[in-house]
Amino acid sequence: MTAYTATVTVRLKRGVLDPEAETTQRALERLGFELEDLRSADRFELDLDAESVAAAEERVDEMAERLLANPTIHDYEVEVTER
Amino acid sequence: MTVAVIQFGGSNCDRDSVRALSHLGIDAERVWYEDGLPADVTGVMLPGGFSYGDYLRAGVMAARTPIIEAVRDAAAEGVPVLGVCNGAQIGCEAGLTPGAFTINESARFQCERVHVRVENADTPWTRAYDEGDVLSLPIAHGEGRFEANDETYDRLVEADRVLLRYCDAQGQVTDAANPNGSRGNVAGLLGDRGTVAVMMPHPERATLPDLDGTDGAGLLRGFEAALAEA
Repeated sequence: MTAYTATVTVRLKRGVLDPEAETTQRALERLGFELEDLRSADRFELDLDAESVAAAEERVDEMAERLLANPTIHDYEVEVTER
Repeated sequence: MTVAVIQFGGSNCDRDSVRALSHLGIDAERVWYEDGLPADVTGVMLPGGFSYGDYLRAGVMAARTPIIEAVRDAAAEGVPVLGVCNGAQIGCEAGLTPGAFTINESARFQCERVHVRVENADTPWTRAYDEGDVLSLPIAHGEGRFEANDETYDRLVEADRVLLRYCDAQGQVTDAANPNGSRGNVAGLLGDRGTVAVMMPHPERATLPDLDGTDGAGLLRGFEAALAEA
């Protein structure tokens, strides 16, 4: 078994409205910053032991499918590194 | 008959729901989610509230509790299931109904009266109405914007599974009458079976005559209608 850290990034699918991001962008603009667009994402870091990177990825992928992301509105990415 | 109103940590419309159902002569009781679904239930209501503080996404934590497995099995057997507000979010997160309810277009919590149009009167939940009837109901949510991809939305419309759409007082479904940016102004929809429904407006807050209006009573009577038709 090897110790890994998996990073799951969950973001809204392209085209799905993100009112919080729009509000955040407007707040930055009110502070005088200039920017073209702002996108937000949730990032989860999971420490786990697995036989291989592939095994860790598979397990975390299922976690993302079943809980961390909602496939109706989200895309997600999983990145696994040795810890 | 007994309708189980499932209480999760953070539910806050469970008592109101039992009271409204009881007022209509529909036997109802609160069931704590850890106690499991009673074997003899003749209906399940997932009430409004803020289960688990809306952590991660509204409704998702409750949707992953074991009692929801029992609700899914009961729904598949034809037991009527109604999710209201947080219960609607739980229903979608549990896959009882397609799509998702997410953050309002305004990014604000909205507590107001809205009008909804009955889109399909041929369901237990809308038996008391005619298609096109306009109901005045309260909403109170921050995450009520219905989202579905093109395929899912088209499938819902084709199968006549949109139950309620936000509209103006005259019944016109317009952008201006859409309080939260929901796709197609969808305020309520059906699951795979017509006996399963979720909706963001609160019928239990529009049932008792000493509150403001009783337009929601017919929706709750769906529990009776579903049994009568079974």
